[in-house]
Amino acid sequence: MHTIPTSRAERQLARRRQARRSVALSATSTIVVLGAVAAGIVLSPGWRTVRSTFFSWHYFRAVLSSLPAGLWLDARMFIVVEVVVLALGLTIALVRTLRAPLLFPLRLVSAVFVDVLRGVPLLILLYLIGFGVPALDFSFLPTDETVLGGAALALCYSAYVSEVFRAGIESVHPSQPAAALSLGLTRTQALRHVVLPQAVRRVVPPLLNDFISLTKDVALVSVLGPQEIARIAQINSDLNFNFTPYVAAAAFYLLLTLPLIRVVDHMRGRALTRQNAVVML
Amino acid sequence: MKLRTTLAAVSAGMLAVAAIVLAAAPAASSAAASTAAASCAKGSLSLVHAGQLTVATDSPAYPPYFENNKPANGKGFESAVAYAIAKELGFSAGEVKWTVESFDDSYAPGPKSFDFDINEISITAARAKAVDFSTPYYTNPQAVIVVKGSKFAHVTTLAALRGAKFGVQVGTTSLTAVTSEIHPTQQPQVFNSSNDVITALREHLVDAIVVDLATGFYLTSGEIPHGQVVGQFNAPGGDNWGVLLSKGSKLTACVDQALAKLRSGGTLASLTSRWMQSGAGVPVLK
Repeated sequence: MHTIPTSRAERQLARRRQARRSVALSATSTIVVLGAVAAGIVLSPGWRTVRSTFFSWHYFRAVLSSLPAGLWLDARMFIVVEVVVLALGLTIALVRTLRAPLLFPLRLVSAVFVDVLRGVPLLILLYLIGFGVPALDFSFLPTDETVLGGAALALCYSAYVSEVFRAGIESVHPSQPAAALSLGLTRTQALRHVVLPQAVRRVVPPLLNDFISLTKDVALVSVLGPQEIARIAQINSDLNFNFTPYVAAAAFYLLLTLPLIRVVDHMRGRALTRQNAVVML
Repeated sequence: MKLRTTLAAVSAGMLAVAAIVLAAAPAASSAAASTAAASCAKGSLSLVHAGQLTVATDSPAYPPYFENNKPANGKGFESAVAYAIAKELGFSAGEVKWTVESFDDSYAPGPKSFDFDINEISITAARAKAVDFSTPYYTNPQAVIVVKGSKFAHVTTLAALRGAKFGVQVGTTSLTAVTSEIHPTQQPQVFNSSNDVITALREHLVDAIVVDLATGFYLTSGEIPHGQVVGQFNAPGGDNWGVLLSKGSKLTACVDQALAKLRSGGTLASLTSRWMQSGAGVPVLK
């Protein structure tokens, strides 16, 4: 039978007890569930093969030195593409909010761009741009596959990101630009100083989510030849018929993506607290 | 704070579980090889599907090893070798069923969907730890292909190729051959399929491509009309191709027996001369 704690000290004690109890419970249940899954895997008839094929310490060490170069290529592609995507995505979103009848062709082009590029699988886009652009044989166009692959990624992600920006812009209540105009700001000024700051702040979490997705999609550029980390893992797997290099590459990738994911979650929590005064647990 | 404490406790639990998992399994040696004078009578063979020989290769299946991407037409070197092995094992052509198996899948652990896989696969000691290989049915040197009249069209040594940007197909021994024998100054470009490698050369995305010599002859006679085989060289350890079977397969010894008969009876030599062009006229790069 629980007695209702009366004094402050008692309440604190009770709260602490409850916290300890819930930590112990969640830890126990986690260990039991994961232990059951692990036991299932370990006791499977093929576990010995799985262990030597996917978790071989020998092949893990062997591939270790060649992976950082691949990850570095991915990281560089990611950074450059991200900057381009932000600029291009915002531009397209702004173009789509223009209402002047004369600018209809621009609006049409960006609408078609967004529709088509969101509808085409990234892998196909990579092939089309990576092998199609050099086939044009114009000397001013790049023929470096890393650049071409980056361009394909940038186009695809700009389409997504422009929609995120557009959603943000449209989420700003019409009374805001109306008030700005009534104060004597021009349309551009209202957009620049009133609408965009609110819009961008609102879409930061979905934007960052897209960028986490981008960090992994840069690996697809490998189909055009560059040896990034996933490709290096594949090469080493094919060399020895052992899948450990893929596991090693995944571990390396997590070094890149996990901090990013943590940062995004943190920012999302902060934004939520700021906007809605909701305390995140 | 509470969430963080819980997470810490939970991660400690996860670590403990992971340690148990990785430490648990015994690393015992694999089942003793089935050398017990395996009977290779057709009726006593252990097959994936009873009564038929299931043979795998990748798709697309390229000439001169297969024709029209139809392994079952018996045309092309590897298709012909597969049917010859089947015949030695006592299967009629109608009892041979083909299945598509990508190269990366062919060595994945677990039950295989084929009795054997014939897909221009090079035998190496490291690979033989994961799968069974038959004795070699072919030995294929590497060929360097460039566009006629291009910068590297007249090289006579491997050293002269060091400055070239190479294109190769992933998973092939060609990549190992390029990096260990030529030591190029630029990192080779690695592609998913040989079609992509060809495209890269055609569009001048790379200066040279390296493929096996037989493929090189085929490519320069059709797919890359302006291509030219500038020379051949050997991958480290040579490039012996074998039929791939699952590790410890009871069929391996029987396929070896069949290949031995095809070799001694002259069938393998005649199939080779029928489908494969001799590399004797191609300069050897040193």
